[in-house]
Amino acid sequence: MIARLKKLYPWLYILPALMLLLVFKIIPIILSFGVSFFRWDMAGPSKFIFFSNYQSVLTDQIFWQSAMNTLYYAIGAVPLSMAFSLFFAILLNSISRAKTLFRTIYYLPVVTSIVAVSVVWKWVYHPTGGLINGILSLIGIQGPNWLQEWRGIGEVLTGWELPYAVQGPSVALICLIILSVWKSLGYNTLIFLAGLQGIPQEYYEAAQIDGAGVWQRFRHITWPMLSPTTFYVFLMSTIISFQVFAPVWLMTGPPAGGPLGTTNVIVYYLYEKAFKFFHYGAASATAFILFVILLVLTVIQRKYTERRVFYG
Amino acid sequence: MAKIRTFFVYLILSFGAIAMMLPFYWMLITAFKAPAEAISMPPTWWPREFHWRNFVEAWNQVPWLRYFFNTALIAVLTLTGNLITSILAAYPLAIIKFKGRDKIFLLFLATMMIPMPVYIIPGYLILTYLGWIDTYAALIVPWMVNVFSIFLLRQHIKTIPSELWDAARIDGCSRFRFLWQIVVPLIKPAIATIAIFSIVSSWNSFLWPLVVTNSKYLRPIQVGLAYFTQEQSTDYTLLAAAATFTIVPLIVLFLFAQKHIISSFSRSGMKY
Repeated sequence: MIARLKKLYPWLYILPALMLLLVFKIIPIILSFGVSFFRWDMAGPSKFIFFSNYQSVLTDQIFWQSAMNTLYYAIGAVPLSMAFSLFFAILLNSISRAKTLFRTIYYLPVVTSIVAVSVVWKWVYHPTGGLINGILSLIGIQGPNWLQEWRGIGEVLTGWELPYAVQGPSVALICLIILSVWKSLGYNTLIFLAGLQGIPQEYYEAAQIDGAGVWQRFRHITWPMLSPTTFYVFLMSTIISFQVFAPVWLMTGPPAGGPLGTTNVIVYYLYEKAFKFFHYGAASATAFILFVILLVLTVIQRKYTERRVFYG
Repeated sequence: MAKIRTFFVYLILSFGAIAMMLPFYWMLITAFKAPAEAISMPPTWWPREFHWRNFVEAWNQVPWLRYFFNTALIAVLTLTGNLITSILAAYPLAIIKFKGRDKIFLLFLATMMIPMPVYIIPGYLILTYLGWIDTYAALIVPWMVNVFSIFLLRQHIKTIPSELWDAARIDGCSRFRFLWQIVVPLIKPAIATIAIFSIVSSWNSFLWPLVVTNSKYLRPIQVGLAYFTQEQSTDYTLLAAAATFTIVPLIVLFLFAQKHIISSFSRSGMKY
C-alpha cells in the first residue's frame, strides 16, 4: 500500500499542470477533430456529416484565395526578414561600441504588441498624412492608397493586365509583408547574432592567412557554420507566418481581408467561419487543414535539411 | 581601410535603426498634432503646436483604466498560476525517477507544437460548456500552465547536485520542503525569466481575449485598443495617442529589463 502511494507521489506534483493541459490543450485538439465531422453551430452539434465540412472548405474559392495569400505572405516575409536580419547580425557582430544601443532599437518592434503595431502601420500607409506618402511627396510623387490597392504586384510593376493566377500578391498584401519584416527583424537578428558568436574565431583567422576574402569567408565559413541557426529561424518564421491574423483584422478593409479578398489569410478565414457565421464544424475542418499544412512543412524541412544542415 | 569599413558599418546600422524607429516617431508626432494638420499634404515632421488634449480626449472616450486594470489582473493571476503549476511539475520531471516520466514529458512538449488557431475553436466550445465565456476565468485559467516554463525550470533544476537532496534528507527534510526552501531559491534567475515572459505575453495577448469575451468591461488592453480603432477610425490623432499610451508601459519595462527580455524571448521561440 505504502509502496503504491510512493509511486503516485510524483504525479501529485504534475497533476495541476497535467489537468490544465488536458482540459485546455489536449482535449480541445481531439474535440476539434471530432467537431470537424459534424454540422455544428450555435445550437450545438446537429448532424454527423463525415467529410462534408472538409469538402465544403476545399471547394470554397475564398478558402483557396486565403490559402494562396497566406503562401504569398510566407514566401515574401520569411526570406526578406531572414536576409535583412542576417545582414544586420553580421554587421552587429563586427562592431564593438554601441552594440547594445542598436540591439535595443532593433528589438523594440518585437516587444510592441501586434495590435499597436497594426494601428501605427495603418497610419504609416495612410493615403494622406501617411509616412510613406509623406516621404514620396518630398520628391513630388503622389502615392496611392496602399492598403486599398488590390492589383497584383506583377500588374503594377509591368503595367500589363495579367490573369489572376500570375498577378502575384496584391500591393495591400505586400504592405502587410513589409510590416511583418519590420516586426520580426529584431528577433531574427538576435538569433543570428547568437549563432555567429558560436563560430570559433580561429576559422576566420586561418582563412585570412590563406588569403580568403570577405565573400569567401562568408560563403565557406559563416554560411555552413550558421546553417542550424538559419534552419531554426526559417522553420519558426514560416510557422509564424502561416498564423498571421491581427494585421488583417485591424488594417485591411472594411471588410477585413479586402480589398477584394486579396489580404484574406487562412486564420482570418477560420475566424470568420467560426465567430461571424458560427459554422464551428467548417471552421474546425479549416483549423485541421492548417495543422496538417504546418505539420507537413515541418516534416519536409526536417527531411530536406537533415542532409544539408551542417551540425558542427 | 579598416577605419572606412567601420564607418560604413556604423552608417548602415544607423540607417537601419532610423528605419526601425520611424513608425514610432510618426505615431508620436501624430499624437500631438491637430486633426487637420495630421492629414495635410505635404505632412509636417514636427507638430506646429503640441495638442496634449488628444491624450485626454482619447483617454476619456473608452474605459481605459478598466482595460489596464483587467490586463494587470490577468497578468498577475496568470503568472502566479503559471509559476505554481510549472515549479510543481518541473521538480519531479527533473529529479525524481518514476515510471512514465519521459512519456509525460514528451506529451507536454508535443502540446507546444499545436498552433493557437488550431485550438481556439474547441477551446471556445469547452469554455461555453463550462459557462466561462465572458468571465475573467476564461482569460486566466487556460494560461495558468505553460510548457515552456516547465521545460525551462526542468533544465535548471537538473543542474542542482543530488548531494544536496541527500544531505537534506538525512536532516529529515521532506521533498516538498526541499522544493520550496532549497530548489526555488536556487532557480530564481529562471523564475525571473518566466515572470517577464509571462507578463509580456499577457500584456500583448489578443486573439484569445478577442474570442472569449463579449462584454466591454472585460476587455484587456489590446482588445480595447483594437475596438477603439474600429469605432474611432476617423481621427488618427486620437488613435495615435491611444496607441502611444498602450505601448509606453511595455517599452519602459523593456528598457529596464532588456537583457533579461531578449534572452528569454530568444530561448522560448516566442512569437512576435
